Amino acid sequence: METFYSIHPLIALLIPLIAIGLIVLSGRRPNIREFWTLAASIAMFGTIFLMLPDVLSGRYPGISLLNVSPGISLAFTVDTAGIIFGLCASALWIATSVYSIGYMRTLAEKKQTRYYAFFALCLASVVGIAFSANLLTFVLFYEILTIATYPLVIHKETPGAISAGRKYLAYLLTGGLALIAAAALTYHYAGSLDFRSGGFLSNLPGEPNLMLLFVLFLIGFGMKSALIPFHSWLPTAMIAPTPVSALLHAVAVVNAGVFGFVRLVGYIFGPQLFHDIGAWQILSIMAAVTIIISSLLAMFQDNLKRRLAYSTIGHLSYIVLGVSLLSADAWVGGVIHLVNHAVLKITLFFCAGAIYARTHVENISELNGMGKQMPITMGVFTLAAIGLVGIPPLNGFISKWFLGQGALDSGLWIYMGLLLLSGLLNAGYFFPIVRRAFFMTSEKRTRVSEASAFMVVPLVVTAALALMLGLVPDGIFHFFKLASDTATSIFSGVAR
Amino acid sequence: MMNHLPVIIPVALLFFAFITFLCGLWRRSLLFPLSLTGISVSLAAAVLGLVRVLQYGPLHYFLGGWAPPLGIEYVLDNLSAFMSVLVLLVAFLSMIYSRQSFLKEVPDKINALYPLLLLMLAGMAGIIVTGDLFNVYVFLEIASLTAYAVMGIGNDKAPVAVIRYIILGTVGACFYLLGVGFLYFVTGSLNMADVASLLPGLYGSRLVIAAAVFIVIGAGLKMALFPFHIWLPDVYTYAPSGVITFVAPLMTKVGAYILIRMVVTVFLPEYLNNTLPIMSIISWLAAAGIIVGSVMAIAQKDLRRMLAYSSVAQISYIALGIGLANPLGLIGALLHVLNHAFMKGCLFQVSGGIRYCTGLWQIPQFRGLGRRMPWTMAAFTVAAISMVGIPPAAGFFSKWYLVLGSVQADNWIFVAVIVLSSLLNAVYFFRVLEKVYLGEPGENPAVTAAVDPPGSMVMPMITLAAGIIILGVINAVIVTNILQPIASSLS
Repeated sequence: METFYSIHPLIALLIPLIAIGLIVLSGRRPNIREFWTLAASIAMFGTIFLMLPDVLSGRYPGISLLNVSPGISLAFTVDTAGIIFGLCASALWIATSVYSIGYMRTLAEKKQTRYYAFFALCLASVVGIAFSANLLTFVLFYEILTIATYPLVIHKETPGAISAGRKYLAYLLTGGLALIAAAALTYHYAGSLDFRSGGFLSNLPGEPNLMLLFVLFLIGFGMKSALIPFHSWLPTAMIAPTPVSALLHAVAVVNAGVFGFVRLVGYIFGPQLFHDIGAWQILSIMAAVTIIISSLLAMFQDNLKRRLAYSTIGHLSYIVLGVSLLSADAWVGGVIHLVNHAVLKITLFFCAGAIYARTHVENISELNGMGKQMPITMGVFTLAAIGLVGIPPLNGFISKWFLGQGALDSGLWIYMGLLLLSGLLNAGYFFPIVRRAFFMTSEKRTRVSEASAFMVVPLVVTAALALMLGLVPDGIFHFFKLASDTATSIFSGVAR
Repeated sequence: MMNHLPVIIPVALLFFAFITFLCGLWRRSLLFPLSLTGISVSLAAAVLGLVRVLQYGPLHYFLGGWAPPLGIEYVLDNLSAFMSVLVLLVAFLSMIYSRQSFLKEVPDKINALYPLLLLMLAGMAGIIVTGDLFNVYVFLEIASLTAYAVMGIGNDKAPVAVIRYIILGTVGACFYLLGVGFLYFVTGSLNMADVASLLPGLYGSRLVIAAAVFIVIGAGLKMALFPFHIWLPDVYTYAPSGVITFVAPLMTKVGAYILIRMVVTVFLPEYLNNTLPIMSIISWLAAAGIIVGSVMAIAQKDLRRMLAYSSVAQISYIALGIGLANPLGLIGALLHVLNHAFMKGCLFQVSGGIRYCTGLWQIPQFRGLGRRMPWTMAAFTVAAISMVGIPPAAGFFSKWYLVLGSVQADNWIFVAVIVLSSLLNAVYFFRVLEKVYLGEPGENPAVTAAVDPPGSMVMPMITLAAGIIILGVINAVIVTNILQPIASSLS
């Protein structure tokens, strides 16, 4: 592995930032404005995709800009873990951009310029998080992401949205501040903040209080990844427009938190140290509790988006669990679930949004016969639900398989059982929706009337992507190879 | 010429104060251009001085040719050059800003106002560049007396509010003078460098302890360190909004400067902490001030008062950094002096701008102003984000160094205080932002008819807002080149 100078990471970051300017300037001409969003998403994805061959061959594009604090520069390195997150977020941004056009116009939402501008800012922050080469750069973009999402959460400007925004800020700013404290403490101990696979905190002089450090990180990343008990902002934030829930609150923002755990375990503490201080037990138990409780809570939600939100909370913890078990297989399963869950969950949200845009139905109890009215949407919904339950040939199965393998490798049978139980619970809260849609009838739904093509095409495409990732886990994007390379680089030389 | 730079900075202001007064009697229209010229000359000297200091090291100027310790010495080193550029830059922008505001709020008083403001700035500049302990007192009185005068020119409540400031300010100055007197008894010298070199042999003396305590209390009163902050909120609320854009960002900073100067140049911080825990007391008072100021800010409905309490909290950040007595803490304090001057300057300019255009200052009445005054509110948003401490705005970075300093001092309570206060900042600033951007204008004619203030008021706000972002991005340049050499004297 080596890092070579490349301007590509910077370009990937600048594209959405430039797009913000163009979006604001063409605010009065919606078609041109949406063109910029779409162009930026495609350009950003293209830029990141072009870096893929180098990363796969073990050469990481990197760039170091000005110092942000003496001795710590604003630096980006595209490593295997970073490009997984970057590719996933930017690819799904394309789908979301198309979907947004259909959704926002169908519902004639106000202030669409603000919406698209902040959406681009969020994506810029996500890329910054994915590619940051040191913890301070990470923290900078992590904080920007918090603020950039706020205007999207309160988009509707109703009292409910405003109070959801307050809750959102209260949780995520607290997390951000804990992270700043954690970064300061890390710097104090290690004198450096550069991520290194295998961790840079080992062999510290003195007697560092690593448990305190871990707890600060736990609060910092736990808030964004909606780990119970830090989760309650996420269901509340579902008041945002559906594309926001889809890309940001099922993919980008929450994955930023989960990605923080990836960096924490693999690149800051390192598996050995993480094991030695016993932090893995705390984290894996919290993840396990989150998986079970969130699935149970999901069953009691009648609002479709809220049910999906609780499902998200659970699936994010799959990733956290995979990361915390400290075995190569579980790591691969966790990291690849970051992508798999993102693709599946965004599809489900797209479906929920299409239903809402077409019929203004938000609640599951009103979905009777929806399969007749919107067969494509509900068909795709069923497919994605199967994926999240973990049934082959969808991609959700792959991640669960590796997670289970990892649990067995570590001799932790209980986590294997947990995964199986969670699959059942997933079925328990997803299949009633499917049953209502296809096997129960309603008098008003007899004619086929799907939502606009701008919404239907993206959801079909993401579902197809999920299927592809299930059948050929290493196709096109090589997510599987990336994930296993990550695991190899982190666990090499670690005896457990 | 270059050797004269230290003295040009205050003297140009002093000179233009009198010129402005005389010419103002003849033509009122000359008041503003002459004042701006005075500040520009000083600012140019300060910038030149900073560049030169960074290249060749400190500049010393002996007043009247009398060498220290007998004569008075003016010194431009990293600290004083940095501070003078900062003070004059903000003063320059505030001067441009306040012209329209003065014409609207206190049109009949500008003959006195402009010369007094210049005198006040001369006092501040003098405090910063002088290397003589007694000379600091002289300039401190110049700055304070003129500040009482300009702040008393406001509405009916202003003179009453200023009375308290006069009393406490005078007490503060007296304490400082007493301290200096004691130091003079002990060392026989008033030159800071000379005193500093004589003191280590005399650290056993009780007079030195008394001197240190008096000086710290004096500076604490001037910088409104908790619990000496009680004069501040009323004064900031009732003074003319143009005047406040000078006083709020600068006056308390000069108090902080005196404290920093004493810690960096005159006393050794180990001494201040070993005999009496003075530095620890400063930092604990500051921690209390941060919380009290932030909580009080949340309770305010009047924007000016909210900003005033927020100033109490922010000044305490600076004091906390000083009290940590380690290099990172001091860097945080110095950087926050700079950042807070920009942020509070911007925020008070916005507050004055809102008042100028709508006559409003109660936050609940701001509903829907965001759409009516887009530029003003954009500046406000940037400054608010920076106050909360969101990167890339400058506020994040001073907080970062303060947290680093607290961690280095192994004081987790301070870390918790900084974290908590950031959240409290978020509460009171987002409350305003919600009103401004998400509220409907409703029937209030003052809001529906509002527009951005004239360009001469908007430009300084936008410049400061842009400055906040730029300072954030280039903070490492400032820290490495200017602040680290200052702070390294503590290690």
